[in-house]
Amino acid sequence: MFRPLKRWLPRATSLLLCLLFWQLAASHHWNLGLVTFANVPTPWSVVEAALGLGDSGKLAQHLGSSLSRVFAGYLAALVIGIGLGLAIGRSKWAEDLLLPPLEVLRPIPAVAWIPLAILMFPSSELSMVFITFTGALFPILLNTVHGVEGVDPRLIASAKSLGAGRWAMLREVILPGAAPSIITGLAIGMGTSWFCLVTAEMISGQFGIGYYTWESYTIQNYPDIVVGMLLIGVLGMGSSLLIKRLGGLFTPWHRPRGKA
Amino acid sequence: MSLFEQPEGRIDIRGLSISLGEGRAAFEAVQGLDCQIEPGQFVCILGPSGCGKSTLLGALAGHLQPRAGSLKVDGADVSTPSPQRGMVFQQHTLFPWRTVRDNVAFGLKMRGIGKAERRRAADEILALVGLEGFAERWPDQLSGGMQQRVEIARVLVNRPRLLLMDEPFGALDALTRLNMQELLLKIWTQIRTTVVFVTHDIDEALFLADRLLVMSSRPGRIIEDLRLDFQRPRTTELVTSHEFSRLKRHCLELLHHQEGRQLPRLNPLGLPLEHKLPRFAL
Repeated sequence: MFRPLKRWLPRATSLLLCLLFWQLAASHHWNLGLVTFANVPTPWSVVEAALGLGDSGKLAQHLGSSLSRVFAGYLAALVIGIGLGLAIGRSKWAEDLLLPPLEVLRPIPAVAWIPLAILMFPSSELSMVFITFTGALFPILLNTVHGVEGVDPRLIASAKSLGAGRWAMLREVILPGAAPSIITGLAIGMGTSWFCLVTAEMISGQFGIGYYTWESYTIQNYPDIVVGMLLIGVLGMGSSLLIKRLGGLFTPWHRPRGKA
Repeated sequence: MSLFEQPEGRIDIRGLSISLGEGRAAFEAVQGLDCQIEPGQFVCILGPSGCGKSTLLGALAGHLQPRAGSLKVDGADVSTPSPQRGMVFQQHTLFPWRTVRDNVAFGLKMRGIGKAERRRAADEILALVGLEGFAERWPDQLSGGMQQRVEIARVLVNRPRLLLMDEPFGALDALTRLNMQELLLKIWTQIRTTVVFVTHDIDEALFLADRLLVMSSRPGRIIEDLRLDFQRPRTTELVTSHEFSRLKRHCLELLHHQEGRQLPRLNPLGLPLEHKLPRFAL
């Protein structure tokens, strides 16, 4: 029990030092030349703003809308990303057919999708889900392709020799072989999905953390912006961690190097 | 199905040529090879590195297609991999995501055999290779010798006509290799299948085989066909006997004639893998 404690101490200290720097910089309105803290809210005012948000009773609605959008987009990305990734990784034909358009779409940032998303989807809710979907899709897709192509050809040959057919190969060899890479993709995709949330909720709406953050900026309520940013950061980190933990449960044989 | 089933596994190879590589880089790894192997025989194939002995094994397994000639097992052409022709590689190919027992039972699962029956058969064959008590382990938790034993068990659970082995003990330390050779002979007395065992270790080949085929350097052809009538069961004392030494000298001379060119090692799946560059940054 001593060892973990020893590691938590520097971790907590590091966080506290960051907070201290923030407090000093913001309260003394430091001007560091390139960057100025003149208009940055202090940590304390952020805490007050957070408490205010909690008291207003809107927090649950903001959280609820954001979570449902992120998870809907993420779930669609998971199904489509893994499905397409398996097809592309397994078949040259699917690769030639599917990968070129996907490679063109991949570098397009979420914010550039906004006008088209509004035009393409009947409801703003769906267009917001679509934006979070684009964020999560590519990390999941590319890591799945990478994982599938990384499966040892000797394992595939052995499975064939042992009588595995097409579906058994996919279920028993390809999927588990690619699983560690797929899970990495899922964890990264979870992060990027939250990453796109503010962009998505710029579209419209009444509720959502991203909407709240953007709204606070337009009405110049600076502490609230930071509250929104921190909420997104914490939620994104939490859900990525959750995915990694779940992934660990699904791959009990897989132990990353350097850890027992 | 009984453990002591009537052996099958007659191999009939006529005019076999196999080419590897594509376009200009293509070459004949095996050329105009003829060979008949009796059911239940233990045959070792000895040859210099890159001579195409592993290529021949890959073709027997069904992983590589002949360019010319025919390759028949019990009268049927070999075209695709089959549980009837089990393959053991130099480095184990156990599924890291399956326990030892589930790895061994994999072939039975593919045949749709029920869980209880799979478990019973797997445990039976694990006991035969001396791995009782390791059924619940992950493959990564075993030593190299144990991993190869699981690999052999996983192939034998299908009662194959052929057991194809590509330098299966080549990566093991000397002592473990001796133990594995004795174990393999012991298993073979109980599950009589045709064994084709590729090696470049003369001692190993002489110790194990009923019949020893020596292959020439590329393109691979058979340049010597020896019958080894050493009494069975064989023990490690055999390797110090006079007759053993005489045959070993003979094999060394044959292999010496083949030296001069250093060829890259081939494997039963064809050419050594080139490391592909990732097509996109992640």
